[in-house]
Order: sequence, then structure tokens, then C-alpha cells
Amino acid sequence: MNAPPELEPLVRGVCAGSERDVARALSLVEDSRAAFAARAVELQRRLLAQTPADRGHRIGITGPPGVGKSSLCRALVGRLRRSGQSVALLAVDPSSPRSGGALLGDRARLTLDPGDPGVFVRSMASGGQLGGLARAAGAAVIVLAAAFDAVLIETTGVGQSETDVEHVADTVVLVVQPASGDVLQFIKAGIMEVPDLFLVNKADLGQVAEVAERELRTALLAGGEAAVTPVLRVSAETDVGLDELVLALQRHRARLEESGSLIAERRRKAVRWAERLLTLRYGEFLLERSGGADEARRRLELLLQQGAVPAEAVDQLARAAGLG
Amino acid sequence: MQRDRPWILRTYSGHSTPSASNALYRANLARGQTGLSVAFDLPTQTGYDADHPLARGEVGRTGVPVGHLGDMEVLFDGLDLATMNTSMTINATAPWLMALYVACAERQGAPPTTLRGTTQNDIIKEYLSRGTYMLPPGPSLRLTADLVLYAVEHVPDFNPINVCSYHLQEAGATPEQELAYALCTAITVLDTVRERGIGPARLSSVFGRLSFFVNAGIRFVEEVCKLRAFAELWDRLGLERYGVADPKLRRFRYGVQVNSLGLTEAQPENNISRIVLQMLGVTLSRNVRARAIQLPAWNEALGLPRPFDQQLSLRAQQILAHETDLLEYPDLLDGSPVVAERTRQIREAAWAEVERVLASGGMVAAVESGDVKERLVASNAARLARIESGEQIVVGVNHFTESEPSPLLADGGAGAILRIDPRAEEEQRESLVAWRRQRDADAAARALDAVREAARSAANLMPASIAAARAGVTTGEWAAALRDVFGEYRAPTGVGAQAPTPVGDEVSPLRREVATLAREIGRRPKLLVGKPGLDGHSNGAEQIALRARDAGFEVVYEGIRSTPEEIAAAAVQEGAHVVGLSILSGAHLELVAETLGALRQRGGESIPVVVGGIIPDADAAVLLSSGVARVYTPKHYQVDSILSGLVEVVRQAHA
Ligand code: B12
Ligand SMILES: Nc1nc2c(ncn2[C@@H]2O[C@H](COP(=O)(O)OP(=O)(O)OP(=O)(O)O)[C@@H](O)[C@H]2O)c(=O)[nH]1
Ligand SMILES: [Mg+2]
Repeated sequence: MNAPPELEPLVRGVCAGSERDVARALSLVEDSRAAFAARAVELQRRLLAQTPADRGHRIGITGPPGVGKSSLCRALVGRLRRSGQSVALLAVDPSSPRSGGALLGDRARLTLDPGDPGVFVRSMASGGQLGGLARAAGAAVIVLAAAFDAVLIETTGVGQSETDVEHVADTVVLVVQPASGDVLQFIKAGIMEVPDLFLVNKADLGQVAEVAERELRTALLAGGEAAVTPVLRVSAETDVGLDELVLALQRHRARLEESGSLIAERRRKAVRWAERLLTLRYGEFLLERSGGADEARRRLELLLQQGAVPAEAVDQLARAAGLG
Repeated sequence: MQRDRPWILRTYSGHSTPSASNALYRANLARGQTGLSVAFDLPTQTGYDADHPLARGEVGRTGVPVGHLGDMEVLFDGLDLATMNTSMTINATAPWLMALYVACAERQGAPPTTLRGTTQNDIIKEYLSRGTYMLPPGPSLRLTADLVLYAVEHVPDFNPINVCSYHLQEAGATPEQELAYALCTAITVLDTVRERGIGPARLSSVFGRLSFFVNAGIRFVEEVCKLRAFAELWDRLGLERYGVADPKLRRFRYGVQVNSLGLTEAQPENNISRIVLQMLGVTLSRNVRARAIQLPAWNEALGLPRPFDQQLSLRAQQILAHETDLLEYPDLLDGSPVVAERTRQIREAAWAEVERVLASGGMVAAVESGDVKERLVASNAARLARIESGEQIVVGVNHFTESEPSPLLADGGAGAILRIDPRAEEEQRESLVAWRRQRDADAAARALDAVREAARSAANLMPASIAAARAGVTTGEWAAALRDVFGEYRAPTGVGAQAPTPVGDEVSPLRREVATLAREIGRRPKLLVGKPGLDGHSNGAEQIALRARDAGFEVVYEGIRSTPEEIAAAAVQEGAHVVGLSILSGAHLELVAETLGALRQRGGESIPVVVGGIIPDADAAVLLSSGVARVYTPKHYQVDSILSGLVEVVRQAHA
């Protein structure tokens, strides 16, 4: 395994949904060795070229630690699968800042049928990156979206200002915890406009969940978002509201599609993700070198239009600026 | 003062088949044992029949399989249940085994009122330590209460529940935690029973029938104090929370198995000394003396004890009870200010923890959220770190390690443990099939429907279960009916939210090794820790997972009871660099072969597999030659060096 894998069979395998090839492709996009990173870029290009631009549904599940993101994802995987879609789950967990190691524990609570080729679960360490995702998450979504109908992305338990998942998902679901002050925090942080769907989980806790829902609705009303952003009260534990959740997700995707913005949004988001990658890898410095944030964005946009994938576009900018 | 009566002397035993175990019990009783302690195999404990795929390799392995009334009758053949005192270590399926016991006694002509003994029936500690749960906590507690209420009414001399602190210490609990969480469990059970609307008189008798199963470690002075604190708190709880007026009903009654977690693989003969000293903790103080004692054997960490090994431990009890003058005196520790002070400290710390748990929503919530489990895992990590650093001396392990060659371990110790004949599993499967064939199928089906119906209603499950026992229903059928109604459950692993373990500073050589490896292979090494089969021993897997994370690995830990297919799927999908299987139940040969096979089938044959657990040397050789990269056993107590080994394994696989 000292040479990167052959592309041709890998692409074929991924597009056919082969478990082993999808897994290898994910390992490739996580690989930091130069030759592998270059091959990963090539892989993403090919996969993008082969995946219809409007294929599938990418759903981001985000929210503070312990709200029940994993539990909800598990329930969703089962439901989406039963509706006939193939489903992949990418679960991002925090890395230890001290050792760089990570405990990717979410699988422990997943009971899935290992014989079902239509379900795939991969966990990924955040690598200490803020924002709730891992650096390779964008590329991983490209791989998974080429192989599966629905791609769920669970972020690390994020704080208030970290919503990277919006750059890789069509639908962003923010989960809040009853009786936790979460709602207040999110209002303060001003990210109420990011999610496409709000969930108050743990509805089985009773009144506190109702209170949280009311708070949320009031806050949305004040922010003028109330009309568009649905709020659902659900319980991953007792299955309350999950059918409604699946419906709401479908409805959001359908709206994107009908308004013709599904593909446009995916393009716009890819640029944003590229910008995030750029600052992650090179910091503000490269932005300055590239003529400021607006100029950098314009150039990334152009590169992506020409068929580059985000990681590649960032590298090109870096090279142009004499870095990398 | 009269000489104290000796406690009940037992040996925890059972294996292979009901008839083999029956022979064992007869021999034990002939040897002067005064009660029975039944070890069931894992399929029986988790509610699977011997022919269920999950039971493979486990049937009759660590205990006796009891699949139906016929098995129960063979098990107790020639043993008079009307006069026997039988302790059954059974939890998730306790109502069922009790139903079989009652039905079996009935056939012997012994009415329920004559039955004496114990069903463990403590489900909470299964989620925290022991792992043989089957349903979610809510329905499980309902079953617990059903059995308790049934027994109090119909089997009045039976202890229908034994709240266990034993297993908490075996999972790493400090004395304070052991005490606190056992009390929390007792409170949960009593509250559940009380909510069923029984009057104060009945509640008092339930309180009086509630006994404990505790642990006693090598720090035996502290352990005596723990037990005195236990008795004081129990008394207070009875009076204050449950209004139990009769002091006799508030007496703290307990049986014990002394600590086994501290028994070593290295220089195993030293364990005899440990066991004897640990026994002092539960016998010295007459006021809190154990009612029943079972001792592990000197070869505890090697594998299952042979009858001879168990005899040695039984004799140790007999010597203490009959040769020494211990039983002649009143309480030796009353009036000691030192003991009183240590007792007060433990009592107060334990009670503070009880209050914390109650204030944050009670024990069930603390189990479901993983809170208590995380605390146990953390305590165990601290314990192991002390041993690894040498701060806590373990003779023969981290101090005084030089040794004469041991005559006990001639030919590598191969003969020093009990080997279970794999044909026993076959035999049991066949007898199960024959049983199903000869019974009245319609009657069995009707009885099962009645169990299902009782489960859905608010009725007590015991009468329907006893009827099912009589009708020839099997253990797996009874359990499947309940799984249908209540669903299954996976308990939190306790490792997800762990702070860094106390070992290892910023720039340990191991971390550097891992970082170097990560550069070589392009990403952080990813370790999948898997526990295939029914084995619930999670300590090793948890600690390896934590320490690997601290060393810089990315670790995926699956929790207990995965199938080989699930592990293989996870290994491939996760892109694991190495799979680490942890197997302590003895089923390693079967389970490792199946996992390797499952990996091959999914195209994961290039992922190296290492195995840890109780693996006799001869088996280790078999595993290594079947393609396993490394085998680790308890004698590899230095986790850092195990992890270095994993770095090596990954590097070789990627060279
Ligand atoms: C603690 C313990 C328990 C606890 C477990 C608590 C828990 N959550 O883990 C409790 C009390 C619950 C328990 C119960 C039972 N136990 Co028990 N238990 C032990 C005991 C005393 C210690 C095991 C332990 O935790 N050691 C500490 C950990 C850290 O060590 P370790 O797991 O060995 O791990 C080390 C290495 O093996 C290796 N390793 C292990 N896993 C992995 C994984 C990887 C990836 C790597 C790299 C390395 C590695 O590295 C570790 C570091 O040194 C052993 C005997 C002994 N002294 O070893 C018996 C023992 C394992 N138990 C035994 C039995 C029979 C049972 C029961 C089945 C009895 C019954 N019939 O009901 C029950 C049921 C359990 C179940 N559900 O499966 C037998 C197994 C017999 C056999 N193999 O032939 C043993 C050997 C005792 C005996 N001699 O009879 N047990
Ligand atoms: N009562 C109740 N508890 C829930 C529900 N969903 C999840 N939980 C519990 O909440 C805890 C956390 O659940 P997870 O699904 O791991 O939460 P998470 O958001 O993925 O957590 P992180 O990934 O660590 O941030 C667990 O103990 C769950 O059992 C629910 O609907 N009701
Ligand atoms: Mg999670």
C-alpha cells in the first residue's frame, strides 16, 4: 500500500456501490501523502463527472454534544433504507487535541444488518479542526454521494459558530436539547438562519421539550425565519416524530429541486467549502496573497466551474501564490 | 456469646451439560460444600437456545446450559430441592430460570414454600459491568419486580434478588463507588416495586428479602470498613426511605465472591494467598459477616478451574471456618476508632455519590446516559495506571517477578485448567432438538402466546412463565417472545466521553512512534476493537480503546456482543488498519476463525487481526498459525508495549 490505488477500477467500484472500493476511496481521500492526495483529487474529479449533478440527498445533522445526533442518524438510516434508498452515514467525531487520537464510538449504538450492501457507515476523526467536520469530509461526501442515494453527515458536537456542514449538505438539520439553554446560545451566535430544519430531540422528556420548541419558534419569529424553517419535536428513543422528519427532509429537497436551486446550491456550497479548506490549510495569509477574500472566492469559483474539485482549486491558488 | 455458625460454603460451578454439572454438584456436596451455586452458560444467560447462531462456541462453555424443564430436572437429579440452598447467577432470564426451578421442584414433590436460595436478578449491573442484559432497562426492571413480588408471596424463603456490588468492583469501582451504585440499584428496585402499589407491610417484607452480593478486594481492612458502612446505610435507608420498622428486616445480608480482577496470570500460585486474605475482609467483623462465600481459584486468570482447584479454595474456607478461632468471638472491630473513622469516610463519600445520582434523575437515567459506566471505566483506567507505573504493588507482576520454574505449570500450564469438550455443545444441541420433537407442540405454542400476552399486559409474568416451563417451552423461545414485545438494547460503552487516561505525557515515546507511523501510512492508524460473540467481559477492550486513543490511534469500539459479520463489515467500511478482538469467554478458537472468514468474504483479508483475552498458550499458537498477527493475555499488563506491538503490526502490513 505504498502506491496509491489504480483509479479506473476504483471509480467503477465506487459508482457500483462496492463496499470495499468505497472504503478504499475514503481512505485515499484521507491520505496525506502527496502522491495519494494527487490521486484523491483525480478520483474526485472522475466521481463528480460520473455522478448526476442532482443525484441523491446530502443531509447534515448538527448540534451540541449529546443531543442525540447519532441516535437520530441511526433511526434515519433505518427509515431511509426501508423507503428503498441506499444510505451512507459519515460520522465525524472529535480528535484529542493532545494526542491527535480519537474515539469513534458512534457505531456502538448502531445495530445494522451487516448483510445489507445498501448501508454503509464510516466514522472520521475531526483532526482537531473546528467547525464540526474533518478536512477530508467534503471529499468523503463526494465519494459517498457517488455510491449511495442518501448521505447523512453527523458533525461533532459543535458549539455555536461552527457550521461547516452547511457547505457539504443540501439540507442542514440542527438538533437542540430541551432544557439546556441551547436555543439561547444559537440565537446569540446568530446562526438561526443556517439550518433548514430544527429538531427538538428527546420529546419523550415531556414538558421541557415542549418549552424548548416554543422558545425556538419565538426566536425564529423574532428573526423573521419562522415562515420558512420548520421546527419538529422528535424522539430518537421512542420514534416520535420520525416519520414527519423523513417527510420534512424530502420536502426540503423537493423544494430545492422544484425551485431549480439544488444544483446551483451545490455549486455555491462547493465554493464555500473550498474557501474553508483554503483558510484551514493556509490561513488568512493565502487570502491576502490571493488579493483578498472576494478575489480568492472569485478565483475558486472559476476553477470549480472549470471542473476542479475544491481541494485541487485550493492547491492551484496556493501554487499561484508561490505556496504549496 | 455462642460460637457463630459458619457461612454457607459454595463453589460457583457448572459446565458442559446438565448431567455433567449434576455430577459436579454431587461431588461438591460430598466434599462438604453446604449450598449450590449454579453458573449458567452465556446463551442461557442471554436467552438463546443452544442451536441459535449466536450461541456457537458458547454452549456449556462457562456454565451449564439449561434450555428447558428437562435440563433443569437432569441438573438437580437426586438433589432434594426442598432442603437444598441454591444460588443461581441469573439475571436477564431470571424469571424464566426461576420458573423452571419451581416447575422442577414441583415434579420432585417440593412445594414452592420449601424452596430456599437466590436468583441474582439484578439487571442494572448487567448494563454497567456484566453484560448479560437482553431488554431495555424499563421492561427489564418490570421483570425484576415481577419475580420479586411473585417470590415474596409464593416462595417466601427464597431471595428473589441479590443486588450486586461484586461486578462493579470487577469493572474497576472504588469501594465508595461499589457501595454507592449498589445502593442506587437497590433503591431503583425498591422504588419500582413500591410503584406497583403494594402496601407498607409487603414493602417491608420485600426489603427484608433483599440481599446483596458483594466483592472483597485485597485491601481487606478497607473492605471490612466498606461492609460496615454498607450495613449502616442499608439500615438507614430502610428506616428513612421505606419505613421498615422491624430492625431484623433491615439487616444487611450478603453473600460474597472475593475479588478476581486482582488475581494474576503471572505466578498464579500467589493467588491462593490473595484469596485467603480477601476472605478476611468479609469474615473478620461478626456483625457484618458474609452469609455465603464462594472463592475463585488460584488459576483464575488462566482459564476455568478444575474440580481440584475448586476443592483447594473450598478447603481454604473450611480451614478458616473450622480450624481457626475466628467464629468463637463477638465482633472484633467494634470500638476501634480506626475502623470507625474509615467506615465514616466511606459511608459519607458513598452517600454523597448516591445523592448525586438520585438528584440527576436516578440510576436508570445514569445508566442510559452512560454516566456511571464512564465513571467505572475511569476508575479502572486509574487502577491500571497505578499498576503499570508500579505505584500499586502487585507481587509477581510489577515487583518480585523472578521465580523458580513452577511445578504447577508443567508443560506450559496446558494441563492446569479445565478443558470443555467441544462435543458437549453438539450433545446439548441434539438433546434440545429431541426435546422439541417430543413435546406437545400446540401446548408449547399456546403457553408462549400466554407469555407474550402477559408481557403486553400489566400482569405478573411469573405464572405464565411457570406454565410455559411446564409446557416444555425453551429458554430461547421464552426470551424471543419478550424481545418481540419489548425490543432489544445496547448499553453505552462508557469510553466515548472519557478524559485522557492518567498514563502518558505529551511526548511519550509511544506517541512519537504513532505519529511517525501516521506519516508513513498517510493517516492516523485506525484500530477497530471488536468483541465478538456473547462474551460480556469489556474491561480489556475499554482500556485498550482508551489508551490507544491517548497514544494517537483513531479507535472504533463496537461495544460487546457483535457478530463476526458485524465486525468484518465495520473493519472494511471504516478502513481499519488493524482489528483487535477481545475474547475472554473461552470461545476464541471458534470466534476468531469466524471473524477471519467474514473478513475474507468482504475482501478485508489484508487487515491484520490481533487477539486479546484469556488465551491458553496452546491456543495462542493455533491462532497465530491461522493468521492472527499477535495474541495478548493478562500477563501483558503494560498497555504501552501492547500498543507498540500494534504499531509494528500496522507497519508490517503496510510495508
Ligand atoms: C473481571 C472479570 C469479570 C467481570 C467483567 C467486568 C467487565 N465489564 O469486564 C464480571 C464479574 C462481570 C465477570 C463475569 C463473568 N465471568 Co469473568 N472474569 C473477570 C476476570 C477476573 C478479570 C478480567 C479482566 O477484566 N481483566 C482486566 C483486563 C484489563 O484484562 P484483560 O481483559 O485480560 O486484557 C488484557 C489482555 O488480555 C489484553 N487484551 C484484552 N483484550 C484485548 C483487546 C485488544 C485489541 C488488545 C490489543 C489486547 C487485549 O490486554 C489487556 C491488558 O493487559 C477474569 C479472570 C482474570 N483474572 O483474568 C474472569 C474470567 C474471564 N471470567 C470468566 C467467566 C466464566 C465469567 C462468566 C461467564 C461466569 C458465568 N458463568 O456467569 C461471567 C459472565 C460474563 C459475560 N457476560 O460474559 C472466566 C472465563 C473462562 C474461560 N475463558 O475459560 C475467567 C477467566 C475466570 C475463570 N477462570 O473462570 N467476569
Ligand atoms: N430520552 C432520550 N434520550 C435520548 C434520545 N436520543 C438520544 N438520547 C440519549 O442521549 C445520549 C446522547 O445520544 P447520542 O445519540 O450519542 O448524541 P450525539 O449528539 O450523537 O452525541 P455526540 O456525538 O457525543 O455529540 C444517549 O444517552 C442517548 O441514549 C431521545 O430521543 N430521548
Ligand atoms: Mg454522536
